[in-house]
Amino acid sequence: MEHYNMSLTLKVWRQKNNKEQGKFETYSVKDISSEMSFLEMFDVLNEQLIAEQKEPIAFDHDCREGICGMCSMVINGRPHGPWHHTTTCQLHMREYKNGDTIVVEPFRADAFPVIKDLAVDRTAFDRIIQAGGYVSVNTGNAVDANSIPIEKHSADEAFASAACIGCGACVAACPNASAMLFTSAKVSHLAMLPQGAPERKTRVVDMVEQMDKEGFGGCTNIGACEAECPKGISLENIARLNREYMGAMLDGGSQNAV
Amino acid sequence: MSLTGLFLITFLIVHCYINAQIFWNDGGKSFDELAHFMGTNVVIRTIEIGLFAFLILHIVQGLMLWAKNRAKRSSKYAVKAGNVNSKWYSRSMGLLGTLILIFLVVHIGMFWAPNRTAQTFGDGELPLYDMMRDEFQHPGIVALYLFGCISLAWHLLHGFYSAFQTLGLAMHKYKMMIKNIGIGFSIIVPLIFALMPIAFYFGWIQ
Repeated sequence: MEHYNMSLTLKVWRQKNNKEQGKFETYSVKDISSEMSFLEMFDVLNEQLIAEQKEPIAFDHDCREGICGMCSMVINGRPHGPWHHTTTCQLHMREYKNGDTIVVEPFRADAFPVIKDLAVDRTAFDRIIQAGGYVSVNTGNAVDANSIPIEKHSADEAFASAACIGCGACVAACPNASAMLFTSAKVSHLAMLPQGAPERKTRVVDMVEQMDKEGFGGCTNIGACEAECPKGISLENIARLNREYMGAMLDGGSQNAV
Repeated sequence: MSLTGLFLITFLIVHCYINAQIFWNDGGKSFDELAHFMGTNVVIRTIEIGLFAFLILHIVQGLMLWAKNRAKRSSKYAVKAGNVNSKWYSRSMGLLGTLILIFLVVHIGMFWAPNRTAQTFGDGELPLYDMMRDEFQHPGIVALYLFGCISLAWHLLHGFYSAFQTLGLAMHKYKMMIKNIGIGFSIIVPLIFALMPIAFYFGWIQ
């Protein structure tokens, strides 16, 4: 693909903190290379803002390799931008042409309060994981990794669910701000492995309870989460969570439930 | 939502089967026979109470879910993804349900309510077939029925699959099967319903 430079207009959400009202600010950037990533374009903009003695834009990022789940942003209405199965950091500027206007907003959900500008607090996900996303292990010497035989099909499906990087794009995309795709991926990947069997029933009940407590919406099977998920987590995980949940509730619910 | 929805889907099948008897074009003989059975049988009349209860429950559950979910994002997006990542009818189940409800109020007021009133307080069952033939001579009523059927079709297009998904059944090989059966059901059943007023209006059946 041929290299080219572009000038862009950016409408970026600026918000001091969770208490204050946010608003859009318009910025112009010049000489953006088509080979830059979207976040590199933001780095250029921030350098420009710093040179102008203005406050740079706060945004989340870490590995910039598409695997850590830290980057976010809703770009022209779509979490992680327009590319399929791609995080914001792996979106490249060749998507855009000279003169384009791009609207950048934070992931919006009451359960993800804005920390500053485009950075949101996604610790609600951590608390859902803490509620049940763990396995019990014996102390002592580490056991051999292959000591428990796992059927190939289950291993593959568990791996596909475990591919969830917990970025929160599902919540951002969902018209109900529901966290079902995330929670179901985490429940699924342990439910399908023998290592997850001891806590199988309590896990699903406790994680769903925590999810509701965090103020996420209810799932109505719209499917925007699956469409926007950078890791291709399937809606089948939600069906599995529902199945696990019903099974656990019919069995008396969580022993840990208050 | 899923269990009440599936119950209402079962009702649709029965309702559609019975009303499709008019297509025998036998002056309403087959239809009246079944309608008489449905209107007088004790078991059916008991299930009818359950049907209304489930319908109301479905509406209440839907409104509660809608109210709960819309409160979860107080700061709205400036740019909406729209149909890029989801279907409009999946996002508009509340609206479609409301349209169906408006239709249902008129529909029940036209056939069911007067018939039951006549059964309870009057001279017995009303000639439903003749009533249908008369009502469907008015283009306005035919239009309203088509509007109801179209709303139902879109509502089912999401609702059928969604019910099975909520019950954890839309998995593996069943996922595509349920989706396809859902699409077929959502087209065929409302289409048969829609053909009833059309057939009467154009005089295809007498």
